[in-house]
Amino acid sequence: MKLQLTETAQRLIQEHATEIYPDECCGFLYGHETEVRLVQETVPVINSKNGDKRRRFEISPVDYMRAEKYALENNTSLLGVYHSHPDHPARPSEHDLNQAVPYFSYIIVSVREGKVADLTSWQLNEANQFEEESILQNQNFIHHN
Amino acid sequence: MAKIIIPTPLRKFTGNQATIETNGSNVLESLQSLAETHPEIKKHIFDDAGQVRKFVRLYLGDEDIKALQNEQTAVQENSVISIIPAIAGGSK
Repeated sequence: MKLQLTETAQRLIQEHATEIYPDECCGFLYGHETEVRLVQETVPVINSKNGDKRRRFEISPVDYMRAEKYALENNTSLLGVYHSHPDHPARPSEHDLNQAVPYFSYIIVSVREGKVADLTSWQLNEANQFEEESILQNQNFIHHN
Repeated sequence: MAKIIIPTPLRKFTGNQATIETNGSNVLESLQSLAETHPEIKKHIFDDAGQVRKFVRLYLGDEDIKALQNEQTAVQENSVISIIPAIAGGSK
């Protein structure tokens, strides 16, 4: 599993994650899939979780319906979601795993003290476990911050 | 009778079809009809007891079926049911 992000897509995810810190941010990933999964566009959505948003995120069903509709109307594919882990590693938690759905890429951004520290991407495998996707471009993004 | 919109993560179980026409007079029957024609999708919608999974939300048009008559909500010929996976998580 390989993932590629356009520079703009990556920058917008990072900006959203630092802007919302210390809460968790979330948003959708759109693009196309050939040999690699290319994320061309990201759309931020409101973290609709009731209560503590620093350790949890949730996307409302209505926002999810809009995201599917957007993909259909704009000839693109909904490839997954991103969210941030404020002051935690960019690794999926058990909570992330419990709620994960097949096919989607889950990009996780670790934000430490308000700055992006790491960005990873994950996808469920056949055994229903997260497997890390290699990110093909912009590996040096941290230094651009 | 209703049309079901399949969320992207489940389309591999419907041969990449985004919408499926179903039979049935209510939401539950429509979902059962979908599971009959596309058996691989069944475990992603129903649990072992045959109940709709906890992390699956169902909307009829723009309304949550929980605000209607739940799975017993009647559907018409032009009804559109959306299957919505819960998208959630967090660092701990």
